[in-house]
Amino acid sequence: MNTIFHIATHELRRLFKSPLAWILFAVVQFLLAIFFLLILSKYMDPAAASLFANYGVTAFVVVGLLQIAGIILLLITPFVTMNTFSEERQSGCIKLLLSSPISVTELVLGKYLGVICYLFLLLSLIALMPLSLLMGTELDLLQLLSGIIGLILLASSFAAIGLFVSSLTSLPAVAAISTFGILFVLWIMNMAGSTGSELFSEILTYASLLKHYHNLLDGIFNSADVIYYLLVSTLFIVLSIWRLDSERLL
Amino acid sequence: MNKEILISVDHVSRYFGDNCAVNDVSFSVRRGEVLGFLGPNGAGKSTTMLMICGVLSANAGQITVAGYDMFESPKAAKKNIGFLPEHPPLYQDLNVDEYLCYTARLRGITKAEIKKAVEYSKQRCGLTDTGKRLIKNLSKGFQQRVGIAQAIIHSPAVVILDEPTSGLDPNQILEIRELISELGNDHSVILSTHILPEVQSVCDRVLIIHQGKLVLDEPLDKLQQDDHIRPIKIALRQPPPLEVLGEIEGITNIEQIGNHHFKIYCQPDIKTLNRITKMSVESDWEIYEMIPERDSLEETFVQLTRGESQPLSNENPDEAGEGSE
Repeated sequence: MNTIFHIATHELRRLFKSPLAWILFAVVQFLLAIFFLLILSKYMDPAAASLFANYGVTAFVVVGLLQIAGIILLLITPFVTMNTFSEERQSGCIKLLLSSPISVTELVLGKYLGVICYLFLLLSLIALMPLSLLMGTELDLLQLLSGIIGLILLASSFAAIGLFVSSLTSLPAVAAISTFGILFVLWIMNMAGSTGSELFSEILTYASLLKHYHNLLDGIFNSADVIYYLLVSTLFIVLSIWRLDSERLL
Repeated sequence: MNKEILISVDHVSRYFGDNCAVNDVSFSVRRGEVLGFLGPNGAGKSTTMLMICGVLSANAGQITVAGYDMFESPKAAKKNIGFLPEHPPLYQDLNVDEYLCYTARLRGITKAEIKKAVEYSKQRCGLTDTGKRLIKNLSKGFQQRVGIAQAIIHSPAVVILDEPTSGLDPNQILEIRELISELGNDHSVILSTHILPEVQSVCDRVLIIHQGKLVLDEPLDKLQQDDHIRPIKIALRQPPPLEVLGEIEGITNIEQIGNHHFKIYCQPDIKTLNRITKMSVESDWEIYEMIPERDSLEETFVQLTRGESQPLSNENPDEAGEGSE
């Protein structure tokens, strides 16, 4: 347990030693601030007020913002996870780790924890934006909470997928672009279903990362959705462990 | 010399695809022994070292470190290993102290002892003034020292160094050699290198691996007993005719290689050499150079790794390994 913690803190420290982590913070805040402003000004526009008569501020502004936050997360997680194993391999530090008295499971969990901590910091910054509305209006805090939980779960599964892809290659750029490709496909998978049969469409929609997130955004806290994300994360963590374990045999 | 065996490598083989990188290699290292690991490029040195450290697993055979089987109890075995790979495994963005702290923790040193361990290994590797510097700003030689510092930070029973002196200046090389001999007092050291004098100055035993097979496993002093004929170059200002020289007792063959230079082959006992110098003085040949062409280790190395090698464990000599890394 101690070892996992050491590896996680090391991962976090390494992230913050490079400008990448800070730039990602800045870019995400900047982009979300623009969207926040756009959504808010649209909502406040008296000419369009009749259009949103059925929506509260939470359902329109907060959910809109978190939806975009999900997409931005999809764009930036590959850059956070790309270095986890690829860089270790490129610099040869993987030999240090593999010759140290730690198990591969501890190594993978430590790295995962480090990445998750970084993403949580990012998410807490994102959460501050809708919370700032509390100064002027009332919010449905439970719906906001459910949305944030959705975002956390989304981030965890993104990170697990990114970690796995990073364990496959020694080139960070390759890891980043492949992770992005996989995440994007998983995200829009439900669209492909619209042309096929009903069953086919249902399966694809269910497997899509997006669908479960929308439930949570709407304030529907269904344990099936939570379990879905936990399963995806576990699956890819286990795959990473297998992959690194088998590396000794390659 | 009957100290406990710290590393034992037992009939280990390793394939990369169909390519056999290490073929049925067996040896053991005792406490307090410094083992020189020699071989041409791609002979399987690094692969063997990676297997001892548990980074790669062996396809066949057994590796035990400090009594623990690397396959069955890797954690206990790895606790006793300090490893410096060919390229030091450094995190460029960290400073030396942070890096060493992290590696100490990876090796399971408790929080209370970390500071002491870091200070100690820094002091041993001459890094006391560089603790706060970023690793990426250090010169190659200092990076190499940091690499060695991480390998000895947990005072492991076994230290494995893959070309530790590459990229160092002559002074640093001397320091590192001293450090290695010092380590050899209470640890076992495996040292891979291409520099033969380095082996001669620090190692107790020499292993030569060629095309994945172990071709030599001998104590160094035994190798350096001059028991075979080797050429000596001599230079005389006033050389006599070739025949006169050839008649000196003990000289088996002689070649003239320049106006003043001769290559003589003689039984390497000191008497023959004494006779040559004596005659040179008596007959005014004015001898001014007498250089052994090659030293015995170099000779052995070249002989063993120039193709027509005989495997050490000559169970199936016709099945010479064709693999390399």
